[in-house]
Amino acid sequence: MTAPSSGFALEITALNKAFGGLKVTQGVSLSIRPGERRLIIGPNGAGKTTLFNQISGDMRPNSGQIKLFGKDVTMFAPYRRAHLGLSRTYQIITLFAGDTLEHNVTLGLLGLLPSRWQMWRPLSSYRHLATEARRTLDSVGLLHLADHPVSDLAYGEKRRVELAMALSQKPRVLLLDEPLAGLSNSERATVKSEIASISRETTVVMIEHDMDTALDLAETVTLLNYGRVIVDGERDTVIADERTREVYLGA
Amino acid sequence: MKWIGSALIAAALLLPPFVAGDFYINLASQILIAAIFALSLNLLVGFGGMTSLGHASYLGVAAYLSALLTSRYGFGHGTAALISILGTIVMAAFFGLIALRATGLGFLMITLALSQVLWGLAYRMSNITNGDNGLAGLTRPSPFGISLDSAASFYWFALIVAAFAFAMMAIFVSSSFGSSLKGVRDQPRRMAALGFNPWMIRWITFIYAGFWGGVAGLLYVYYNKYIHPTSLSTTSSAEALLGVIAGGSGTLGGPAVGAALVLLLKNYASAYIERWNMLLGLVFLFIVLVMPTGIVPGMQKLTAWFRSRSS
Repeated sequence: MTAPSSGFALEITALNKAFGGLKVTQGVSLSIRPGERRLIIGPNGAGKTTLFNQISGDMRPNSGQIKLFGKDVTMFAPYRRAHLGLSRTYQIITLFAGDTLEHNVTLGLLGLLPSRWQMWRPLSSYRHLATEARRTLDSVGLLHLADHPVSDLAYGEKRRVELAMALSQKPRVLLLDEPLAGLSNSERATVKSEIASISRETTVVMIEHDMDTALDLAETVTLLNYGRVIVDGERDTVIADERTREVYLGA
Repeated sequence: MKWIGSALIAAALLLPPFVAGDFYINLASQILIAAIFALSLNLLVGFGGMTSLGHASYLGVAAYLSALLTSRYGFGHGTAALISILGTIVMAAFFGLIALRATGLGFLMITLALSQVLWGLAYRMSNITNGDNGLAGLTRPSPFGISLDSAASFYWFALIVAAFAFAMMAIFVSSSFGSSLKGVRDQPRRMAALGFNPWMIRWITFIYAGFWGGVAGLLYVYYNKYIHPTSLSTTSSAEALLGVIAGGSGTLGGPAVGAALVLLLKNYASAYIERWNMLLGLVFLFIVLVMPTGIVPGMQKLTAWFRSRSS
């Protein structure tokens, strides 16, 4: 078997998606290198989350191709992409509200392990999973809340559990959908430093509206509008571009 | 407190053969069978979020298979039990493929339709099933040469099977797989993104629930020594579902309590009140209004409240 390798962590070619007559992704092509920090910006309704949903497999594109480390995953179910090293967070918090933080993160760990099929042994007997979950919670500063149910948490803390859950999987490609949305200034600073400290083993693709914070984290920026890539490239080049001002910054 | 509770439950389970007459021992055996059945349904309804109105299929098919194999085809009870359970598992796997194309109400309707097909077959294929007359004159097995014909010996047999079933299902829901199942019930999309295969998790659970439904079916046919299409009817499925909901779906003890309640009302109240169905309806109305999450969670809340008041 020859390992297919294009050298990119994530490669999207001529992706198209329409809901009825509404074209939400139009010929989008992106190439993201391993370890890159990519920020995706664009006004509301530009098709950013829809693009994420196609990358993660929640939605099937109408045409085009998505490659993860050279492997064509366009028709793969979401769980198979997860096993290839793709993780994501959600814009709308999607956690297990009645369960403890430790249990939430443990599920993240379990998802990639064969022991997720084990039926004859209590999950609580996997002590190393609990330990690992606590270590991840510690890394986002939530260890002291590990035994609390998620429903006890404030919004900003839930956002960090979202992040912890994805990070626990040690993803090769991490999709962050508005990780800073709805956070206070101090929480923003905390989450920003958590994202900044993510290992270079992980490629980070982030949707974010808070430009002040997000631009610091990004190396490259893609501007979407009406489902099309308008500008794409190095951060400073994209920011300086006339079209960026027109579409986004000037608005 | 917890210790006292467990001791009381153990005593209640161990005492009947010593203190009660045959009528009550038999009633207790029936409760055990209904409890296994309700617990197996609860795996789908409570822990998997898949509300089925066709669970009697597995009880009925296992019972019919065992009845036919032993009475008509001359199989021994051991072999017949094995084939019946295997047959039930294969059927659950097939039904699961069909029913899991949908979720929610669609799933409920498909399970209902499939069980109605079986019920119709049991009625109409009278050359095999003896139709509305049912299959009578069946025997109970004699595991290790011990006859189960007395009320007490059958009760012990049912108790051992029920205790094993309860333990297995308790471990199942606390296992990694059980946690995945609850995760898929609450956030299927997130679970898929984390690397879990929601469909496969649901399908395996569907088969596992069918398996324990089949075990309940074997006990059912052993106990009654008779099988009739009614055991495959929607009423049979609905009673189990009522038991699960009344007792507390998604809890371990709840369905057993609920199943006991349904059975007691059915057997006991019907001796005194002709319209026992109405009484059943009123009791459920009361439960739904007063303890919407079911008896067991409701009682837990109540005791917690009393304790916080007394301290």
